[in-house]
Amino acid sequence: MSNPKRSFDGLKEGETFEATLVENLTRTQIVQYAAGSGDFNPIHHDETFATKIAGYPSVFAHGMLTMGLLGRLITDWLGDGVLGSYGVRFVRQVWPGDTLRGRGVVKRLEPQGRHGLVEIEVVATNQKGDPVVTGSATALLPRREAGSI
Amino acid sequence: MADEHEFHVDRTGILLFASALGETNPIYYDEAHAKATPLGGVIAPPTFAISSAHWNPDYGLRGIRKIPASKPRPAVLAERSGGGGGGSLARVLHGEQRFEYHRPIRPGMKLTVTTKPGKTWTKEGKRGGSLRFSESVSEYRDEAGELVVTATSVGVLTEKAVEQG
Repeated sequence: MSNPKRSFDGLKEGETFEATLVENLTRTQIVQYAAGSGDFNPIHHDETFATKIAGYPSVFAHGMLTMGLLGRLITDWLGDGVLGSYGVRFVRQVWPGDTLRGRGVVKRLEPQGRHGLVEIEVVATNQKGDPVVTGSATALLPRREAGSI
Repeated sequence: MADEHEFHVDRTGILLFASALGETNPIYYDEAHAKATPLGGVIAPPTFAISSAHWNPDYGLRGIRKIPASKPRPAVLAERSGGGGGGSLARVLHGEQRFEYHRPIRPGMKLTVTTKPGKTWTKEGKRGGSLRFSESVSEYRDEAGELVVTATSVGVLTEKAVEQG
């Protein structure tokens, strides 16, 4: 059961989609994510711990926060409940004040009867143009249906 | 050896998680909207399974919370999960995360999360010294024992703070 926004037949290999994931990330959002996820590693909210004990320039965001933001890019584009898998690597830290841009590209389309499997690659990039999270996802979408999607 | 704990899903937990992501999608909180879609009700966002940490009595990054109560465990394990004074908290990073979705997570689900250790490996990193990777695989099952989500997590233990660049 799902609520797709796109049909399998409406997608093309190489098609891309992009969006701003967050502008000027706030410490408040990082703390909200700690409370939402349950991950209270002080490295994400305690400046003294992050700088003096851990040796980082400041607190930094949970990798899972960026994975969640990138997940939103996918669901806004393809629909709700359509994902079969979603996996990422955390390649750089995300800092307070960062602005992240997300980008997805259709890598593979595989018809499966009345549905089709879509494989996409995704990346989140910071304001310097450096990738912070890279990954891929698969989604099951319906073939052309009623011309509405 | 597998660790097992309960994970009770409700609309408040989903709302808090989705709102921390800056979500505006009504499928995560608006029951009337969600009912009118083919999904038939509110569902959780794709990365929500990670918040089962709230229900994990042995979670190493739980801050001050004392519930659910931890099980008594050997000192060596408490140290490994970060209970030993902050040293390991400062050195542990999240390397990779992967979810396999079998069905959407929905409010009212009473899930059982079973976590098993996976592979471990070591790598010389350019920016964080020697890196020790360890994988864990968690299966989220509903009351009927049906698989809902499988989550694979790779943690990285770094020698020092990872240099920026």
